[in-house]
This record gives sequence, structure tokens and C-alpha cells, in this order.
Amino acid sequence: MTYRLGVDVGGTFTDILLIDEETGETHRAKTSSTPEDQSVGVLRGIERACAAAGVTMDEISEVFHGTTVATNAILEGKGARVGLVTTDGFRQVLQIARSFVPGGLAGWIIWPKPEPLAALEDTVEVVGRIGADGSVVTELDEDDVRRKLGVLATQGIEALSISLINAYANPDHERRVGEIAAELLPGIAVSLSSSVLPELREYERTITTVANAAVQPQVKKYVANLESQLVDAGVDGKLCILRSDGGLVSAGVASDNPVNLLLSGPAGGVTGATWVAEQAGFRDFLTFDMGGTSTDVALVQDLTPRVGRETTVGDLKVRATSVDVRTVGAGGGSIAHVPELTQALRVGPQSAGASPGPAAYAAGGTEPTVTDANVVLGYLPTDLAGGEITLDREAARAAVKSIADATALGSVEAAAAGMIDIVNENMFGALRLVSVQQGFDPRDFALVAFGGAGPLHANALGRLTGAWPVIIPPSPGVLCAYGDATTNLRDESVRTLVRRFDELSDDSLLEILQELGAASRETLAKEGVAEADQRLVYSADLRYHGQGFEIPVTIDIDSFDGSGAGIAALRAAFDVEHERLFSFVLDNEHELVTVRATANGPRPEVAAPVLEDGDGDPAAALVERSAVWVEGAEVEAGIYDRARLRAGDVVAGPAIVTEMDSTTLVLPGHAATVHPSGSLLIRPTDPPTPGHDDRKEN
Amino acid sequence: MARLIETNTEPMRSVDVDVVTLDLVENALRNARYEMDEVLFRTALSPGIREQHDEFPLIANHEGKMMVGQFGLSIPDFLDNFDGTIEEGDVLLTSDPYSCGAAISHANDWLVVIPIFFEGRIVGWSAMFGHMSDVGGKSPASMPTDARTIFEEGVVIPPFRLYKAGVLDDDALRIILNQVRKPDWNRADLNGIVAACRTAARRVQELCARFGVDTYNSALDALLERNYRAMKVLLAMVFEEGRTLEFTDYICDDGLGYGPYELKLSLTRTGDKVLLDFTGSSPQAQGPINYYINENLVRMFFGIYMITVADPQILWNDGFYPLVDVEIPDDSFWKPTYPAALNARNHGIGRVFDLFGGLLGQTNPDLLNAAGFSSSPHFMYSGNYGEGDRKGEWFQLYSIGFGGIPGRPIGDGPDGHSLWPSFVNIPCEYLESYYPLRVERWETVTDTGGAGLHRGGNAVEVAYRFLEAGTIAIHDDRWLTYPWGVNGGEPGARSRKWLDRADGTSEVLGSKVHDVPVQPGDLLHFVTWGGGGWGDPLARDPELVSLEVRRGLVSAEGSRRYGVVCDEAGTVDADATTALREELGRDRPSPLPTFDMGPSLETILEKSLEETGLPAPRPPIVR
Repeated sequence: MTYRLGVDVGGTFTDILLIDEETGETHRAKTSSTPEDQSVGVLRGIERACAAAGVTMDEISEVFHGTTVATNAILEGKGARVGLVTTDGFRQVLQIARSFVPGGLAGWIIWPKPEPLAALEDTVEVVGRIGADGSVVTELDEDDVRRKLGVLATQGIEALSISLINAYANPDHERRVGEIAAELLPGIAVSLSSSVLPELREYERTITTVANAAVQPQVKKYVANLESQLVDAGVDGKLCILRSDGGLVSAGVASDNPVNLLLSGPAGGVTGATWVAEQAGFRDFLTFDMGGTSTDVALVQDLTPRVGRETTVGDLKVRATSVDVRTVGAGGGSIAHVPELTQALRVGPQSAGASPGPAAYAAGGTEPTVTDANVVLGYLPTDLAGGEITLDREAARAAVKSIADATALGSVEAAAAGMIDIVNENMFGALRLVSVQQGFDPRDFALVAFGGAGPLHANALGRLTGAWPVIIPPSPGVLCAYGDATTNLRDESVRTLVRRFDELSDDSLLEILQELGAASRETLAKEGVAEADQRLVYSADLRYHGQGFEIPVTIDIDSFDGSGAGIAALRAAFDVEHERLFSFVLDNEHELVTVRATANGPRPEVAAPVLEDGDGDPAAALVERSAVWVEGAEVEAGIYDRARLRAGDVVAGPAIVTEMDSTTLVLPGHAATVHPSGSLLIRPTDPPTPGHDDRKEN
Repeated sequence: MARLIETNTEPMRSVDVDVVTLDLVENALRNARYEMDEVLFRTALSPGIREQHDEFPLIANHEGKMMVGQFGLSIPDFLDNFDGTIEEGDVLLTSDPYSCGAAISHANDWLVVIPIFFEGRIVGWSAMFGHMSDVGGKSPASMPTDARTIFEEGVVIPPFRLYKAGVLDDDALRIILNQVRKPDWNRADLNGIVAACRTAARRVQELCARFGVDTYNSALDALLERNYRAMKVLLAMVFEEGRTLEFTDYICDDGLGYGPYELKLSLTRTGDKVLLDFTGSSPQAQGPINYYINENLVRMFFGIYMITVADPQILWNDGFYPLVDVEIPDDSFWKPTYPAALNARNHGIGRVFDLFGGLLGQTNPDLLNAAGFSSSPHFMYSGNYGEGDRKGEWFQLYSIGFGGIPGRPIGDGPDGHSLWPSFVNIPCEYLESYYPLRVERWETVTDTGGAGLHRGGNAVEVAYRFLEAGTIAIHDDRWLTYPWGVNGGEPGARSRKWLDRADGTSEVLGSKVHDVPVQPGDLLHFVTWGGGGWGDPLARDPELVSLEVRRGLVSAEGSRRYGVVCDEAGTVDADATTALREELGRDRPSPLPTFDMGPSLETILEKSLEETGLPAPRPPIVR
């Protein structure tokens, strides 16, 4: 028998999912993460999962892994010390950045400017200049290069990035500097902007290259460590890493371009949600992943997550393809406060984090958090079945009371309800960013909620967005590991052209597409994916000539049949998308900025678990009845143990469904139906929403 | 006075709104406002809007009071001046500052206003203006530095209905676009602005549907009231009853050789209200630097400074306006008489930041910043390609530069950044792909930030090598007077521009010039100015000074201004530093003066030619 492993390392827990490739049967394990060396926790988890399933290590054929090593290096400011080589005259490209100051008028008064990711004292400039057309304006001065690299050699840099002006149009100078660096700075990993991001715009290209260099040493070390430990433990299967765009790459490719791993974690959640939604019969949905300090949302259409060209992690924004995940700094730990002057009720952006955490955790926190509000309202039972964490209801009440006192909200419960409404509104704002603002009506989508706090707020978000049903996956906590194990290998080849349509012909574009496609195909073939199993997808970033932003459009390669229909089809597809996004089109000439080919391996077949059929009555799972506060009044809600629910059971709200790693709230006027695949599907009962819901199911 | 046609005349009722709903509405309006930006940035064609974000959105309540926005423009004034009916589906357009009570302040800004209808009633207004790179007139970019009247500044559009009940007035648009050099830019940018306003309208309509019109409207009233209450408390807290605060700053010249122009602002609180008074400012300028300012805009500038620090999450709005009286003398720099030229008013707008900073900072340490990069220096380059496949094709660049943010209470001023919200620079690689030029240097200039405990940000130098013959234009200031320092901090360095000609000669350029011919190979050095320093430079950590020497932001010589003695590698000589600090600190007044404006105006004028290469301007004359 062979098995595949999904491994997701989070801030607190490492989740392992072991899947029998033939039966789809799964085994899970959860262990504490080991931040000092994540591979320790991973290996321990694998051993535990194997032991529980009675599987030996050598039966594991593949290990699929979502990692936050790169993300954490950035967020915790623990990336490598990076040296940067720029073109003469541009040493301060990161110091000046785009000259942008966030906030409104007078925002500059209160903005603390972050330090550049490559320090200015570690940045040198070299003589040599490429023109915008790729021609050499000034030859590279190699003596100057050697002198400047010599300076960096004495600075104690741990990685080197090279980003020269117009290198996207001609990489020769960068490559030569890279060669000299290999000679003068042996053992220091080098990132070239012309290979990390061959795109126009020097700041964006430079920061992306520097970010790549900054996370590379740690990622490389971690991946190598993990690979060797797996081998030592007897696992001879292949290790693949999940990229920000939701595709898997081999460990080696991941180490070379680690900037593409910055959103590996959230991408695992979105791909996991995709698998779950598919099992439940839904192809179009929003994802809602609410954790302790932040919430990630994304939009998935026809089982394909929307990808964006930007990746944001903390203060850092780079150009790297990733699942278009938007993050808001609001979660269970967000703290409510009332500014004295305006008497407004604000929730976040401050968070109690893991320490001291919400007041209810009784770990020293006294400030009122969203979790405390949930406890006050009875949504989070204090005596959970598992009993791993006991919640201090009185501490939560005391914390939330400070909000009731500072506002005109009459009771602790009213204050708690207000906090929940406001934080839900923040989440709603994030969901709007990926739906309404991209021209999508959320009512045409379902909503998949996960993360520690997602299922508690999901029903309310369904009501705000009109996205039904709300889908709560089984074990929302290990969803990322599911995502890791159920997505496919992927490789992307990109080229920036910046050509007006009248400068292009079907033939010339087709030739480029075929080159890119061949490159990606070859990479995947090297990963062991047979050509016949590969699926190639082509896309282009287009705009009207003169616009500053591009819109990604899928290319139908079959339309390039020699008749000139290919470019015409692109033009039409762009206009449709522009109209959808902005409600108008222009007569101006179209321009192609970037083309990309993506080769996809086959998606693995993973059978879904099937629950035993029930009779619709969830009474057997009822644990107790308890008081909860909804819509301004105290009512009695049933508390159910999710493990005892059977397929077809209908849990009518108000109700709370508990399981080991999550709690689901079903509001009055709604009911959760248990799907055979294990998901809960929450829908309003009265009045039913006509039309929309039915259309989505297939 | 506009006549509003509403099919539903039932008045809105006032209902109670709880604090939570209030915050939900506030949040939704904030999102809608950012969505307006997004729609325009992504669709605009002109580099000024597309790359630099020179645009300003607003959403108002049914009376036209601003609920959210970042610049404010006065819809009530606009409506007062509009003669005609307004109905559902209308889109109003103007570019005439003199016909809308200075809701906009020069003809490059095209202002779109749309009424937001819900169930037959007007429930709000959305508006946005954007700077058009060119609106015709005698010089490319439509900002002739020697203009004396608005007639020289291109097409001036009176308020009219661009769309009547949803139908575009094609003829009018055709006539307007026939006046400008890059009609496709104007058309696309205008489309984007209209789309952005319509997006905001949809969001407001959704809110009305969700909460009900009465609740929505009452929530807006409560938000206005929240600002009013907050401001009332702040005013009483910050300003002493009856005490008048004053501050004076300058615009160096007016493009016609007159200057400096004196800008005065005073503030006095009497009871609940404050009076902001511009009396004593220079009379209106001969050249195009006049900043025709709307009283409500003054209120808004003032409010932003007051409230941002108290509750950064607040959505500031028009609610506090009744607490602020504004006095602006007629025929002055701030209220010129038609048809005075207005195109170069960006220096005046910028200097308002410094005026308010200097004025309010005298009582409120949280707000006292040094003088910053208070303008938006423009650089224009245009011509026809001389050869190649684009031979004969017209190219035209309008771009905005940045400089040093001042030293601030919270720390150093960032180098080479924008004081304007949402503005960004145009990437060098973008410029080089779209224009016949090469950027040979884009760095901040060592030692140009004012010394202080918190250093002022450094100025920026951009060196442009021209590859085609054409003309250039420059709009800048602070070449003569200094960006001042505060609380012992020193002034930043002034701006400079010069051309190194391909023929080997070099010439200093004035800070406001247009139609300067350039030849292939000429190199323009465009140097902006630094931010003033904050606090005692002798108190700055010598290790930090040393680090900045290693970073090239301060030179070894420049470190002496901090009383630090170090070499080029930043190695500090501790003994020499102690001695130098003692020597420099010996004869200083205690406490250190609040403002350091640099040498006296007489000295500055006397040394103008010697220090700047430019003759001193002549004193302004009353016309």
C-alpha cells in the first residue's frame, strides 16, 4: 500500500494528514510546532500519524508540505542580512521606494517608516547601463564590480541580491555580476532580479529580489534538513512544497525561488477549502479563514482560486504570483477599545496575540477581545467536550464590561454583541474586496469557513454577504494539510514584453507561448510528471496602452490558428473583463505586458470520507442545552458533538456544534445540514433564499 | 442655485442609531472611498493620475456635507453656483475655480459631481477631481509659469451636465477635448472618474437598502455630530481663550520675478469657536501662483491636523465646520480676483501644511513638525520624436517629484517621500520605456535634511538625460527661503535645478520656468528640498549619526552639525565629539528657539545671486 502525507506547519500546531492513496482513508495527527526547527515537529507528527494508522514510513510515497518558514522570516524580521547591487545612481532604490506614505492628509505625521529589507550600508552601485530597449548604453565596469563586491564581502552579508536598471530587458550585466560574486563571495546565495522577476518597475523588482534573498538561506536549510531527516526516518518518497499560488513544486525549485512561498500557508487553506467544497458539490465559493490575529479571505471560481500578481506579508509587498488572499488584521484576539475623544467603538487593529491572549484564557490578559465577546454571549462553551482549554467566563465578562461602561450600550451582552457585529463588518469588508470589488456578486458563491474562529462567525458572514450555503469543513483546523495533499504539481514560465497589439502578430506571440510552455513542460517532466498527464494553461496581463495596471486574461491557444484570430480573441476577452470590472471600455490600443504559461500536473485522487446515514434528527449528538445571547435576547441553544452527527442530520439554530479544534455557531432562523462528506452546510430556513442557492449546486 | 428634481419629496426622518450601526456605516463609507481610488488608478491613462495618483475623492450626505474624502471640495458652493436643474442620472463636470467657489483651484483639475438617488430622493453626492496632464493653452501641460490670466491656462469648463439623465453630451465633450493636446488621456481619465463616482453611488444605495434611508441618513448626522463634539473638546483643550497665535511663511517667487510672497495665518479661540484669519497675507500675485482657497477647505485642513492625532481611525467629516470661522481678505493671494492666473497654486497648497504645522504646533507638541516638503514640484518634458519609427509623434510628460519629510515628534523624517496621501513616484523604467529620456541618477542628497535630534528627510536628485529635442518646464519653490527647523532643529537645504548642456556649458534654471528648449544629450539635475530638523541636533545619538554616515545620508563633514566628529567610514572620535558638542552648545540660548527659519530675509535676498545663482526677486506689487 502507498500513502501520501499532507503536512501543514502553523504557528502553534503542526497538522499531519495521512491518506491511503487507494481507499482515501485518512489519519490525522496534531503536534506542537517547533519554531526553532520546524522539521522536528514535522517528523514527530509523521511518526505519530504512522503509528496510529499502523503504517510504516517506507509506505509513504509523497510528502506534500505547506510551510511558513519564509513567511515567518519576514514577519519576525529574521531574514538573512542581504547585500544589494544596484546600478550607478540608484543605490537608494529601497530607501526612496515609491515615495509612498500611507494614511490620509497628515498621515505622514504618524507614520513610522520601516527600514529597507536590504540595509543602505549593505547596498552598492556599479557602473554599467542597459537601456529600456535592452541595448547596452555603458559597458559593465568589472573592476568597479569587483571593488564594490569586495566592500560587501567585509560587511558580513548572508545573501546577495542583484537588481540593475532595465535588467528585465537584458539580463547580461546581472548575470556577469552574479558570476563575479560567485568568485568573490563563495557560499553566498545570489538572487538575480532578471530571474526572480523579469518585469518592468525597478522598485518592485528589486524588493522582490531582495525578499527572495532574505528568506532563501532559511528556506534552503529547512528544506534540506527536512529532506535528510525524512530519508533517515525511512521515508523515500518525494518532498514537494506548496507555493503561494496553490501549486506544488519540488523541494529544489522551492529553495531556488522562496519568494514564491510567502503565502504557502494561506494557499494551503484555500486549496483545502477547494477540495472540501468539491466534495460537498460546490464549485464557486469564498473562503474565510479566521484565526487569532488575522483573517484571510479569497475567491474561488469553478474550483480555481483567483490568483493575483502581488503578495503582501506584513509591511512587505512583493510581486509574486499568489492565490489572491486578502488579509485583515482582525481575529479572535482583536482588542476592542473606545477612544475618549470620539466615543466610537473600535475593534482592533491591536491584538492580544497568543500571549497574554484573551481575558477568558486566564493567562494574564485583561483587555476585551473578540473571543471574550464570544464567551460572554455563550457561543464558546466554557466546558468544552475535549476540555483542553477551559475558559474563564467571569474574566471575559469583566473585560467586556469596560466597553459597556465606556459606551451607551446598556449591558455587557450588548457590548459583546456590538464587538461581534463590528468585527464581522471588518471581515465583510475583506470579503467584498475579493468579490464585489472584482465585479463578482457574493450571492452567486458559497462560503467556506475555517481556521480556529471562522466557524463561529461564518453564519453571520453568510447573512452579510448572502453567500449560501456556509460550508464548515470537517476538522476545520487541519484543512491546510488537506490542501497540501490534494493539489497538483505546477510550474510557471513568464516573460515581460510590453508590446502594443499592432507590434504583435499571432505567429510571433504563438512562438513565445510555445517556448514558455515547453520550458514549463520540461520542468514538470523533470519532476516526474509524464507529458501526457500535464495540462498547460496560458495567460496574459493586458491593458490599454498607457494604463498603469494590467488585467490578467486567459489565452485560448487553439484560437492561434494562423488566421489572426488569436490576438483578436485576446482583445475581446480583455474588453469584457474591463467592462465587468470598471463598467466601461476605451477605444485605445491594447497592450500586452506579460505572458505566462503554467504547466499543471494531475490532481491526485483522494477519496472523501463518507458519513453513516442518519435519520435527519441530530438528537443523538445533543450534549446539553445552554443559554446564548442572540439578537438582543437570551435564548436556549442546543450544544451538539460534531463527532456524533450523521449524514442528513439537520441542526436547527440557535445551536452550537463543538469538535476538538473548532466551534460552529448556527444562528436562529438557520439550520446546518450534515453532508455525507462531513461538511456542515448552513442555510437560512425562513425565508428561503430563492434561486441563488440552487444554481450553485451541481 | 441648482434646482433639484426629486420624484419623492417625503422628508427624511430622524431616527435613533446605535453606536454599532454608526461604526458599520462609517466603515462602509471608508471602504467606498478607497474603492473610488482603485477604480480610477486602474483605468487612468495619464501618468499623473495612473502612476502618481493626483486625484481626490469625496462622498457627501444629501446636503453636500463631506462624509469621507481626503481633500474636500465644497459641493454646497458648487450647487450654489450651478444654474440649472439636477436630476437622477446626471453627471456634472467643471474645471472653472471661479464658477464653483474654488471647489477646485486650477483649470487642470476636472471635477465630477453626481447626485446619488435612492427611491426618488437625493441621499448623497459623490465627487472626484483629477489633475489632467494637459488642458490646452499656450504651453504643454497647461501650466505656463508666466501666465497673468486664466485665459492663458487652457480650456476652462463651466459647470454643466456631462450626462443628462444618463445620456452623455457628446458634442460638449468633443468641443472640450478638441482643446487639449492628449485627448485620449483626458477621455480615459474622465471615464475613470465618472466610473469611480458611480461606484460610490452604488455603495451608498446599497447602504440605504441595507439599513433604510432614515437610519442611513441619521447615521450620517450622528457621524457629523461625533466630529463636532470631538472638535469642540479638542479646541477647548488645546487653545487658550482669547490668545492669538500667528505664523508666517513664504512662497519664494511668482514665476514673473516678484517675491517673496508673505503668507500669514492667525488663530484665536473665543468660546466654542476659533477664527482662522489670513489677513496680512500678500495681495494677489502677478504670476500664476495664487491659491484661490475655499473656506471649507481651510476648515478641513485645520480639522485633519487636529483630529488625526486624537483618533487615527476616525473618518473626519464636515461636522465640525460650524466651530471654525474663516477670514480670507479679497484680492489677496488666497482670494484673487477673476481672471487672475491660478495654474501654479500647488506651492500654496503645499505651504498650507507648513502654515498649519507652524501655527498649531505652538501649543501642541504632538503636532509640532518642522517644515516639510510642502509643495509638489512638477517636471514636464514634451516634443516630437525626431527620427525612428515614431518620427513626428508627440510625446508629453507631466510628473511630480518628492523630497524630505520633516523631522517629527515620533522620529526622523523619511528621505525622498511624499507629504501627499497616496502619491507615488513614476518608476524610472516606466519613464524610459515611454519617453525619450534616460534617468542617470535617482537618489536622495546627502546632508540636505535639517539637523536635529530627529533629522529632516533628505531631498531627492533626479538627473534626466534627454534623448530627443523638446522643451521642459519646472514648477518648484523653496529655492530662496528655507524649510525651517523646530525646537532647536536646523533648516533643511533649499531646492536647485541646473542643466548640463551636451555642448559642455551649464546653466542654473529658475524654480518656475517653461518652454526651456533642450537638445539630445542635455542633462537636467532636478534637486528638491530637504525637511527641517526637529529638536536639538547635539542630543542625537552619535552612533546613529555614524550609521547614517555609513549609509551616505549624512557626510563626515555634515556630522559636525550634530557635534559629532567621525571619519568617512563613520568611526566616531568620542573625545573630539564631546569637545565639539561642548563648544557648539556653549553660547546657545536656552531654551532653544521654537523656530529656526535660517538667515533673515534681508540676508537671504542679498545673497541670492551668490548662493543660488539666481537674482533676488523684486518685491511684489499691488495691481
